[in-house]
Amino acid sequence: MDFSRLHKYASPMHFYSWSLAVAPWLGIACAVLFVVGLAGGLFYAPPDYQQGESFRIIYVHVPSAWMSLFIYMVMAGAGALGLIWHVKLGDMIARASAPVGAWFTFLALATGSLWGKPMWGTYWVWDARLTSELILLFLYLGYIALQGAIEDRRTAARAGAILALVGTVNIPIVHYSVEWWNTLHQGPTVTKFDAPSIDTSMLIPLLVMSLAYTLYFCTIVLVRTRCEILEFERNTTWVKQRAAGVNAV
Amino acid sequence: MDTEFFAMGGYAFYVWTSYGLSAVVLIANAIGPRMREKSLLKKIVQRTGDE
Amino acid sequence: MTPTRKKRLITAALIVAGGGIATALILTAFEKNLMYFYSPSEVIAGEAPAARKFRVGGLVVNDSVKRVPDSLAVEFTITDTVHEVTVVYEGILPDLFREGQGIVAHGLRRPDGIFEASEVLAKHDENYMPPEVASALAAAKSGTTLKHPQ
Repeated sequence: MDFSRLHKYASPMHFYSWSLAVAPWLGIACAVLFVVGLAGGLFYAPPDYQQGESFRIIYVHVPSAWMSLFIYMVMAGAGALGLIWHVKLGDMIARASAPVGAWFTFLALATGSLWGKPMWGTYWVWDARLTSELILLFLYLGYIALQGAIEDRRTAARAGAILALVGTVNIPIVHYSVEWWNTLHQGPTVTKFDAPSIDTSMLIPLLVMSLAYTLYFCTIVLVRTRCEILEFERNTTWVKQRAAGVNAV
Repeated sequence: MDTEFFAMGGYAFYVWTSYGLSAVVLIANAIGPRMREKSLLKKIVQRTGDE
Repeated sequence: MTPTRKKRLITAALIVAGGGIATALILTAFEKNLMYFYSPSEVIAGEAPAARKFRVGGLVVNDSVKRVPDSLAVEFTITDTVHEVTVVYEGILPDLFREGQGIVAHGLRRPDGIFEASEVLAKHDENYMPPEVASALAAAKSGTTLKHPQ
C-alpha cells in the first residue's frame, strides 16, 4: 500500500485546507437531509399500529444510537492510526470525535428513556442494552477526562487510544445484547438478515435522518479537528500565516 | 398547523421533549466548535503580533 | 511493517483481547443482577427464587385481564404457550399493556402460586407498521379476506 500519498493528505496542513473546502458543502447537504427527514418523520410517516404517535421518537432515537456506536469506531480507529502508525492527524480526529460521540450517546439514552416511559412503563431498567449503552457513555467520558488530565498531548493521545481500543469490546455487546439476553428492549428491526420489519413509509425517513446525522458528524468533526490542529500546531509558520490571512479578510 | 399535530396522540410531552433535546444538543454542537475556531485564530494572530 | 510497529500492534491486540475477556467475565457475574426474566415454565418448575423478588415475562392471555372496579387493581394470566402464571398488580399499567402483548412483571411469588407484581413493564416487538397494514395482516392470518364495502 502506498502510504506516501496517504501521509500527504493526512498532514495537518493539507487536511486544514481541504476540510475548509469540503465542510460547507457537507453542512448544506446535511441541512437539506434534516429538513427532508423531519418532514418525513413527523408528517409523511403514518402512526404505528401499536405505539401510535409516540413511535415518531424513533427518528431521533435510532440515528443517535447508531452514531454513538459509529463515532466510537471512528475514534478507536483514528486513535489506532496515531498509536501504531504515528499519524498525528489520527490523534487529532480521535480527540475531536469523543465529545460528539458522548453527546450522541447521551441523546440515545435520553430519547430512549422518553420513549420507554409511555411504552414500557419506565424511564429506565437495568437491561443489557441500556446498561451497555450507559457503559459506552462512561467510556467516552473516561476518554475525555483522560485528555483533560494528561498535560502532554502525545501521552494523552496514546493513553486515550489504548482506552478507546480496549473499549471496542463493548460495541458488539451493545449491538447484540438484545439477542444474547432476555432484554426488555426489542430485537433489531433494520439490520436483520431478512427484510427489515418496518413499513417502507416509516423506514425511508429513518434512513434519511440517519444519513443526516452521519453528515452532521462528518461536518462537526472536520471543524473540531481544525481546532485541534490550531492548538497543536499553533507555533508553526503555516498556522501563523493562515491565521493572519484569514483574519485580514 | 392544527393542534392535533402538536398533541401527538397524547404523547406530546415525550415526543416534543425528545425532538427539542436533540435539536438543542445538535445546534449547540454545531455552533460551539465554529466559535472556538474563530477565537483560536484570533489568539494566534495576537500572539504573533506581540512577538 | 517494522518490528517495533508490529510489536505495538500485537500489544494493542492483546489489550483488546484482555479487555474482552474481562468484560465477558463481569457481564456473566452481573447477569443475575441485570434485567433478566424467567419464563412461566421456569417458575412452575421451581427455578425462580422463592424468597426474593424476581422478574417473570410472558404473553398476556386473551380474556384473562380482570380489573377490580373503582381501583387500580388488576389480575391477569401470562403464558409462554406451555405454562401459565397468574399475576396480581395494583398500579398504572403501561400504554402498551394489552391482551396478547409481551410483558415483564417484577415481584414475589406467593405460597399459593400467584405472582404479586410491584412493577409491570410492557415489551414491544421490533415490528413497525401503519394501523391499516396491521389490520390487513391480522385479517389475512385469521383466514378472512378483507371485504370491500359494496
